[in-house]
Amino acid sequence: MIRIVGALVVGLVFGTGVTVSGMINPAKVLGFLDFAGDWDPTLALVMLGALAAAAPGFALAKRRNAPLTEKTFHIPTGRQVDAPLIVGALMFGVGWGLVGFCPGPAVAAIGTGLRDVLVFFAAMVAGMALFRLFSTLRPGRS
Amino acid sequence: MVIFKKRTEGLPVDNFTPLTGLGGGLLIGAAASLFVLIYGRVLGGSGILGGLFGGAREDVLFRLALLAGIVTGPLLLRTVGADTPDIAVSASWPLLAVAGLLVGFGTRLGNGCTSGHGVCGIARGSRRSLAATAVFFSAAAFTVFAARHVFGS
Repeated sequence: MIRIVGALVVGLVFGTGVTVSGMINPAKVLGFLDFAGDWDPTLALVMLGALAAAAPGFALAKRRNAPLTEKTFHIPTGRQVDAPLIVGALMFGVGWGLVGFCPGPAVAAIGTGLRDVLVFFAAMVAGMALFRLFSTLRPGRS
Repeated sequence: MVIFKKRTEGLPVDNFTPLTGLGGGLLIGAAASLFVLIYGRVLGGSGILGGLFGGAREDVLFRLALLAGIVTGPLLLRTVGADTPDIAVSASWPLLAVAGLLVGFGTRLGNGCTSGHGVCGIARGSRRSLAATAVFFSAAAFTVFAARHVFGS
């Protein structure tokens, strides 16, 4: 129960941050990505603020043996920059640039009920399900 | 065939909002800090959502609670009368569908998105996340350039 309530609170803080920062609005994100246009540097400050607040948490986590509610940490340990990482990041980048939504803000925006948002969200979830199908058909890749 | 709608319609005037940007960023980072200290995981939009497909069964409720929190954040802000941003989407439905598929598939293949790689990954000094973030920011900027200044009207 505590685990569920905690997740709800973390989600609330995240969703509030995405909204306050303005990143819930794809036009604002595209304004940052459009270096050749009327450039809006806001996203750089969002990243700066987010890194400043996330770094202490990860630094503290490194010194602990376990998180508060679980027996071990589940932090990725891979160090190799491989093809799936790069190809995945490329695909994501192109999709992000086409519309201006990345997964976090797309989730935050579904509460508006706007049809454009729902179409994007549904396609994004379908893409994730497709990946799952793709990785079951090709074992050895997670 | 017109793939890109005219981009100037319906877009708000671009204005730099450094204070709310920084403040919102701090909240996003605080959520990531809380998440790793309480649950020992990387907080990422794609990981939370994508983990519903093929992730551990006992995590489903926990993931749904996180998602519910994220959706409730902006609604709560609006309920208390805060000034929330408009959401301006200027892409056609086919384009939204293609972009959504790319974002969904790509973030799962590449194991993360703006929050998972861009915020958490860089904050914990991951080489993979740094590389992924450089790639997706560049790809996105290049895409916007092509859409707005090469093929755009």
